[in-house]
Amino acid sequence: MSAIQKAPQRPVSTYLHKRPNVRLIALLALPMTWLIGVYIISLALLLVTALWFIDPFTSKVIPGFTLDNFINIFTVPAYFSTAVRTLAIALAVTLVCILFAIPLGIFMAKIARPWVRNLLAVAITLPLWAGYLVKLLAMRLTFTEQGLFNWLMEPFGITGPGFGVPVTVLTLAYLWFPYMALPVFTAIRQLPHNLFDASADLGAKGWPTVFRMVLPLITPAIIAGSVFTFSLSLGDYLAAKFVGGSTQMIGSIIASNINLNPPVAAAFSMVPIAFVVMYLVIARRTGSLERM
Amino acid sequence: MRRSKLAFPALLAASALALSGCAASGELTLTVPDVPMKTELGAFEGELNIVNWSGFVDPKWVDPFTAETGCVVNSRVAGTSDEMVTLMRTGEYDLVSASGDAALRLIVGGDVQPLNMELIPNFSDEIAEGMKGQIYDVVNGKPYGVPIGRGANLLQYNETVTGSAPESWDVVWESDSPYAGKITAYDAPIYIADAAVYLMYHKPELEIKNPYALDETQLAAAVDLLKQQNAIIGEYWSDPVAQITSFVGGNTVVGTSWEILKKFAAQDNLKTTLPVEGSTGWYDTWLISSTTPNSNCAYAWIDYTSQASVNGAIAMNFGMAPANIAFCATDADTQAHCDQFAAEDEAFWDQVWPWTTPIEECVDGRTEVTCTSFQDWTNAWVTVKG
Repeated sequence: MSAIQKAPQRPVSTYLHKRPNVRLIALLALPMTWLIGVYIISLALLLVTALWFIDPFTSKVIPGFTLDNFINIFTVPAYFSTAVRTLAIALAVTLVCILFAIPLGIFMAKIARPWVRNLLAVAITLPLWAGYLVKLLAMRLTFTEQGLFNWLMEPFGITGPGFGVPVTVLTLAYLWFPYMALPVFTAIRQLPHNLFDASADLGAKGWPTVFRMVLPLITPAIIAGSVFTFSLSLGDYLAAKFVGGSTQMIGSIIASNINLNPPVAAAFSMVPIAFVVMYLVIARRTGSLERM
Repeated sequence: MRRSKLAFPALLAASALALSGCAASGELTLTVPDVPMKTELGAFEGELNIVNWSGFVDPKWVDPFTAETGCVVNSRVAGTSDEMVTLMRTGEYDLVSASGDAALRLIVGGDVQPLNMELIPNFSDEIAEGMKGQIYDVVNGKPYGVPIGRGANLLQYNETVTGSAPESWDVVWESDSPYAGKITAYDAPIYIADAAVYLMYHKPELEIKNPYALDETQLAAAVDLLKQQNAIIGEYWSDPVAQITSFVGGNTVVGTSWEILKKFAAQDNLKTTLPVEGSTGWYDTWLISSTTPNSNCAYAWIDYTSQASVNGAIAMNFGMAPANIAFCATDADTQAHCDQFAAEDEAFWDQVWPWTTPIEECVDGRTEVTCTSFQDWTNAWVTVKG
């Protein structure tokens, strides 16, 4: 009589096989710890801090409950105008990125030779490898009074805008452009060639083709890109500091209060979150998010 | 203009006065938590954690110190005074090289301890007179800090454009400034004091006696002046590199600067001047945490860095006037450094108001009004920039 073959001992697998719930917990433990323990908790702490007081004498935070920090955002004119200005800058940056990304995307996807396309793809992504501060300072040097821009434009009698809101918008657009250009390029590349042929057959020239065919089809990609350009611009303050002249953004207020009045800084950091949520709700209404 | 040398007219009865809450005429008493002072030195703890400005802690003078005392120095560089205060309040650091706008905040908050000067023999007659007994680090007659060095907020101008040295700060404040749009100002709430210094000279009816003791009316006047300036500002600076590129690149023609920034800019047409109104300045001082477990190492460090050679090395490394002016006579280089930074020129410093944290108790000695605190200044600063 042959010995009965023993099943291989795999206690962990056996245990898990019988208990799908434990399996699920084991699978999700790590990401959930991170999501809740680090991400959600810190956001919640931020919100709670925004409701606290500050001791004006020592600037130490005192737990309590007040809505003053939020009310101030609306009632202090400087706070409100800064919030509105930041929103306008973020929208302008997004618009500039869209305006540049669509023609570039069409050219890269449908017109350029492969080697030109590869070259452009590298050119778009390469700045992502450079440090954020390096890019900021590069823009700063470009737009100084005796910088590259004025030197190039001098023969045409044009002088640069100087540091202020326009250069801030340009700089942020430069910083976040890859996040818009890549999804738009990918989306346009996926449009079948024959759609362009059909459009031409139906008598549409360049502009109608772009507006009535390309644009509706790549809207999800634009929304995806704009979530990056919009939200990253809302939170930025170093651009305003380095190329903004006397421009103040939401981030500037947070930065100047973070040590001295954390509740005000916390209340203000809710403003970009509110803007982004509103933006996502609007984007959802248009139905673009489902097609992403 | 005279600085108030308030503390060394030794407030012997200061503690009693503080308890009763009243001040003798002309002498200033502030309410500060009672933190015990060290009475004698003990064995070195082997560790010292310092919050400092960039350039204050360098292997060149840390290594000999560690070799001598066995105290291993850990340095944390802070970028702003606010950051220094926050770091000190974590309780993880033993020592800080605070400027006056942070020092008084730490003292009234009970975050730093009074110092026993007998344990710091190198704090001697050689320390510049104008750095002794200032309100930002000597409170109620008790010294809390040992001076490191100082720098004035000067008016820097591009001589190619201005032709000659501006005599007044009006070129950066008045709407009709010929350099409107090419003006820079320091980007921090403490800059409100610069507006107050200008108002002290031009609007005596406001009766500002000390630019760091502003009641609500006086603060409102300073904020109005700053808002007026905001319209003609080219850019605000807090980052030294940005300020230098702004002057060198031509975006800025006049504005607040430090002697060291002019030196770094290395342009012959950039000059600095101290206008008739006087100015503000930063005076850095060593303060010891009230909860430090490493107080012996901290005392040893303060004493070590107060000797002429080390104090001078820190001052030259950072680019400021050293506290220990005996350093100046060391050799030709050190003398040139001291001359450029006016280290020995007390007449110069008499026109400079050292940065001091504004607190609710008026530091000019007024008791009938409440002054605006640094919190108020921070809120006001945000409204200036709109």
